[in-house]
This record gives sequence, C-alpha cells and structure tokens, in this order.
Amino acid sequence: MTWVWANLDLIWDRTLDHLILSVPPIILSFVIALPLGWLANRFRFSRGAILTASGLLYAIPSFPMFIVLPALVGTTLRSPLNLVIALTIYGVALMVRVVADGLASVDADVQRSAVAIGFSAWTNFWQVELPLSGPVLLAGLRVVAVSTVSLATVGAVIGAQSLGSLFTDGFQRGIQAEIITGIVATVLLALLLDGALVAAGRLALPWTRVRKAVKADARLRLPVEVTP
Amino acid sequence: MIEFRSVSKQFPDGTLAVDDFSLTLPSHRTTVLVGSSGSGKTTLLRMINRMVDPTAGSIEIDGVDIASLEPVKLRRSIGYVMQNSGLLPHRKVVDNVATVPLLRGVPRKKARADALAMLDTVGLDRALADRYPSQLSGGQQQRVGVARGLAVNPNILLMDEPFGAVDPIVRAELQQELIRLQTELGKTVVFVTHDVDEAFLLGDQVVILQEGGRIAQIGSPADILAHPANDFVASFIGADRGKRVLHVERHDGRDVLVDSDGRLAGVLVGDSAPGQVGVSR
Ligand SMILES: Nc1ncnc2c1ncn2[C@@H]1O[C@H](COP(=O)(O)OP(=O)(O)OP(=O)(O)O)[C@@H](O)[C@H]1O
Ligand SMILES: [Mg+2]
Repeated sequence: MTWVWANLDLIWDRTLDHLILSVPPIILSFVIALPLGWLANRFRFSRGAILTASGLLYAIPSFPMFIVLPALVGTTLRSPLNLVIALTIYGVALMVRVVADGLASVDADVQRSAVAIGFSAWTNFWQVELPLSGPVLLAGLRVVAVSTVSLATVGAVIGAQSLGSLFTDGFQRGIQAEIITGIVATVLLALLLDGALVAAGRLALPWTRVRKAVKADARLRLPVEVTP
Repeated sequence: MIEFRSVSKQFPDGTLAVDDFSLTLPSHRTTVLVGSSGSGKTTLLRMINRMVDPTAGSIEIDGVDIASLEPVKLRRSIGYVMQNSGLLPHRKVVDNVATVPLLRGVPRKKARADALAMLDTVGLDRALADRYPSQLSGGQQQRVGVARGLAVNPNILLMDEPFGAVDPIVRAELQQELIRLQTELGKTVVFVTHDVDEAFLLGDQVVILQEGGRIAQIGSPADILAHPANDFVASFIGADRGKRVLHVERHDGRDVLVDSDGRLAGVLVGDSAPGQVGVSR
C-alpha cells in the first residue's frame, strides 16, 4: 500500500494513458462496424462474406499484428497509434456481427409500417432501425469496452504507456505492489467504462425500461375472458 | 378518386397475388375490400402507396399515375393504419402521432401541438401522450395508429385489418369511432378486413374478393345482401344461414323476427315504408 500512496501521480498518469489508448478504439470500432454490419444485414451475399472476414480479423494473434501494422500503415514500430489501430480492428471484428444481429432483431412489422408511413431508407436507419437495435448494440459495446481495456495493457510491451506498464515495470524491478496495482486498476477502469455505457444506455434507450412492468401487467389481465 | 386499371401483381417467387384487377374507389367514401386469407387484399392496399409495385396495369390517384410519383413522398401524403398498430415502440404516443409531420418538415413545436389535438379527435386522453406504446391497451394503440394516419390530414386513409386484433367489445367501439370520424372528415378510406359484418357496417362500397384478387361482387352492403351475385358470395356473406336469414313469426299479436338458428333477432315495427323492414333490438 505504501507503494501506492508514494506513486499516486504515476498511477494517475498511466490510467489517463490507458484511457487515451482504449476509448478511441471503442468509439472507432462502433463507427466503423455500423456501415459494415448494416451491409451484412442488408444483402444475403454480403452477409456471409463480411461476417466471415470480421471473424478472421479477430483470429489474428496480436504480436504479429503489432509487427505487421507499422509496415502496412507506415507508422513507426513504437508508435502508440499501432495499438489504437490494432484494438480498433479487434473491436470492429466483434462489433460487425453485433450490429448485423442488432439490426436483424428489429421487429419486421415495425419496419414495414415505418416504410409505409414514409420513412426513407436513410431516415429509417437512423430513426428506427438504429435506436431499436440499441439494446443489442449496447450489450456488444460493453463486451468491446471491457476487452479493449484489457487488451490495451499489452501496449506496454510495444512501448505504448498504459496501466500495463505498471506490471511490466513491476516484474522487471520486482515490486509486487506495482504489479497488483496495475491489475486492479485495469479491472476498475474496465468496470468504470462498462458502468458509463450502462448509464448512457439508460439515457438513450428510455423505452426499454417500461416494457417489463407492462408485460407483467398484461399477464395478469390475459386470463380474463369476456363471456356474452 | 383511386383507379385500378387491369392491375396484376406476380411476386418474384411466382405467386400471382392479383390478377387483372380493375376498380374505381370514389373520393370521400369508404371502400371495403373483404375476402378470405390470401385473396390479395393487403397486396392491393400496398399498391396504393407503392409499398408494392404492380407487374402489369396502372393505378391512378385523381388522374395521376402513381408510378410517376416518388414513393416516399407519396407515402407521406397517405395515411396508413395496420393491425397491431405498427407504432414505433421507442417513441412516446405524442411523438408517434407527430412522426409523419416531422418527416415532412413541420416544426417540432407545431407538430407536437397538432399531435395532442389529434389525440382528442380520436378520443384519447391527453394524459396518455407521454406513454410508450407498450404501456397502452390494444384498443388504445389502434386509436394512436388512427391518429398517426390522420396526422398529416391526408385525402386517403389506408387501413389493413386495423381492428383485427382487439377483442369484440373494443372492436365495436373502434368501428363506431371510425364511422363518427368519417362523417366529420370525409376521407377516401380503403379498408381491408375479412370480417363481413365489419365490411357491411363500414363500407359505402364493398368489394368481395376471391383468390387472386378476383372480384366476386361490388356494391353497397344492401345491394350485396339483397342480390348476392353468385353462390360464392351468398355463402361468403352468410346470406343463406344464421342471423342473415330472418323470417317473421306471429307472437301475441306482434310480428317477431327470428333467424334460421331460431334466435330472436327483433320485432317488426309497423310504420315503415313499403318494402322496408325496421329491426329494433
Ligand atoms: N412478398 C411476397 N412474396 C411472395 N408471395 C406473397 C408476398 N406477399 C404476399 N404473397 C402472396 O400473395 C397472396 C396474397 O397475399 P395478401 O397478403 O395480399 O393476402 P391477404 O388477402 O391480405 O390475406 P390475409 O387476410 O391473410 O392478410 C398470398 O398467396 C400470399 O402468400
Ligand atoms: Mg392481409
């Protein structure tokens, strides 16, 4: 514990580094997965191709990825950008399927009636399909957020400062408290982001909270038969 | 006025849902398409707002071929009400009603105010405005559906079995409400149902459909009841049985009407014009 109190500044700095490394990939993977998932859901021929490709992306081991990426995108070997790009790729790989599934989960009757009253394809996507797939998207984003935060620790190995640096440094110098702090702080950060997503979901998807109460209510009323 | 001219629809899988259908639907009147499941009612209705495009023939609204109109714009000018309301579950009642006006660019404040007034029109308490559709009863949801269909004050209102999923008591209520609205508003209503009683109650013009959208008979409810065109129509409307076949029995000096099942339908009142029968229940 004394190590923690003595190094609060360091822990805070690494936490910020970690946030800066992991928040952009979470947002980027959502934004990039949106059109891809839409495409996968929209046409039968694109579905198989896109979902398979994104599944394969996730299968790429991270170390080769870190080595190949700089060559591909022209960054230097030790640039933190490599990590942001790699995490984004993993996030996209998860999110594409989530977006496709989310869009497919929207009730067909609701969609048809939206078209019937005059939503164009564009307004239908933003105002109907996207919000209604919100619960599925949120569940997927939470997985991406947690896995991104945990993956970001490997940045330490390729020179990107993060909470992972606390345990690489702790190992090298034999400071057990530093290792534990790195692990605990990573978990806390993941929980924090997850909580933030849940809170954002509550704000953005208010209708999902009324449904349960009404269903229970309907079950109570259903058996009442009207007899002439 | 809506005119179908030799319209056919064959779906890509080969199903001929509508085969050479021609019909004129007069303005400010209610035309009811009635027929058994799969007779092409929904397909016909959806062709009017270009949800489905015919594979042959043409449809005109007030003399304009709708194939020349932009589908999204056309749909925003036609009210559409369907079974299970089709309301947007993520929008409050008032926002559901304001949906199409907003799509058409009406300022938010005005659209909401108009939507609240529209709730009054369809007999819904304004206290429901801030609920989500899942918090309403089936009957209330259908009323919201009707309010949404009327929100842009369209000339044409398309209704696809709008009262098909509510219980009989609520359905009777909604039917009466529609009759009241229609006397006030005089829309060109196209109403699809497979309930003959509902067709006769609501329709100025009733179209009885067979498989493939073939017209078995067109006429006012009284025409059809008095002169079913053929055996199919007679049996479809039940003209040969049950409560549609009434005969007079003398009882304690009054004429009582009894149906073919022996159930009492009412009494014959004396002072009706020749040939007319008044039934009071
Ligand atoms: N998208 C489609 N693809 C292929 N066949 C279709 C399609 N839509 C409808 N059909 C077929 O066209 C015929 C007419 O269907 P339609 O939905 O118009 O009937 P309906 O009279 O509305 O029936 P219901 O009373 O059950 O609603 C049916 O045989 C149906 O299976
Ligand atoms: Mg139908």
